[in-house]
Amino acid sequence: MTLSISEIILITVILLLGIGFYGLLAVRNLIKVIVSLQIMVKGMMLGFVLAGRLAGNVSLGQSLAILVIVVDTIVAIIGLALAVQIRRYAGSLDVKALTTLKR
Amino acid sequence: MTFILIAAGAIICAVMAIRAGRLLTSALWLAATSALVALLMYMLGAPEVAVIELSVGAGLVTILFVFAINISGEEATNLKSALPKPLAWVSILIFFILLGYFSLPAFLQPLPEAQIIPLKTVLWEYRSLDVVLQAVLIFAGVLGLIGLLAEEKPGQEKEHQA
Repeated sequence: MTLSISEIILITVILLLGIGFYGLLAVRNLIKVIVSLQIMVKGMMLGFVLAGRLAGNVSLGQSLAILVIVVDTIVAIIGLALAVQIRRYAGSLDVKALTTLKR
Repeated sequence: MTFILIAAGAIICAVMAIRAGRLLTSALWLAATSALVALLMYMLGAPEVAVIELSVGAGLVTILFVFAINISGEEATNLKSALPKPLAWVSILIFFILLGYFSLPAFLQPLPEAQIIPLKTVLWEYRSLDVVLQAVLIFAGVLGLIGLLAEEKPGQEKEHQA
């Protein structure tokens, strides 16, 4: 069985999204949560380029991927700034130690 | 074969980024994932976005991660999972099934004819609102960052204490 290029990329997209999703669920360090989010977004960007290629309009996929890169970078910057401030004030990056909803 | 090797490399790097014991190592694995994803994009025929991803995703974001880890300090990352492991795996399984169910039918349909439209036409004419939105988001991000990292003035501290 030989896989086409589109199928290989689709499997990669699904696996990257799955790995990122697992990280979001399982990881407790705030900076690692942002790393998981970044992995998910990388999978999604690849998915946009693949969708553009399948639809016969790679430029449209590229323009959407550029938008996602900008949004993703801003999310990373704000998330890291929040992590730094949380570490400064709460003394920990453990998401479970930060919650006040369940004691 | 090249596609399979690069895709496998990207997936392994992503797994290592989640599993790495140190935050700095995790950031470096993420940069490697980003570089390999950029390579895949280039091979798919999207060189412009590949260059941006390589410079922003693998360059800028990694520097930001290293900077943030440097300020906040290394902390133990091998804590017990936030969710019970079986529940996390069941969620992932449901996620894979749903994603496969919705994305695989796209491969069964006949592909439309390829249209060769330059990126600049799509970006500046068809999706010009996206460009405006990007500029607004960048300004909002910068303002948010200044607000978050601003140091309190001595006078303000006294007001809080009072």
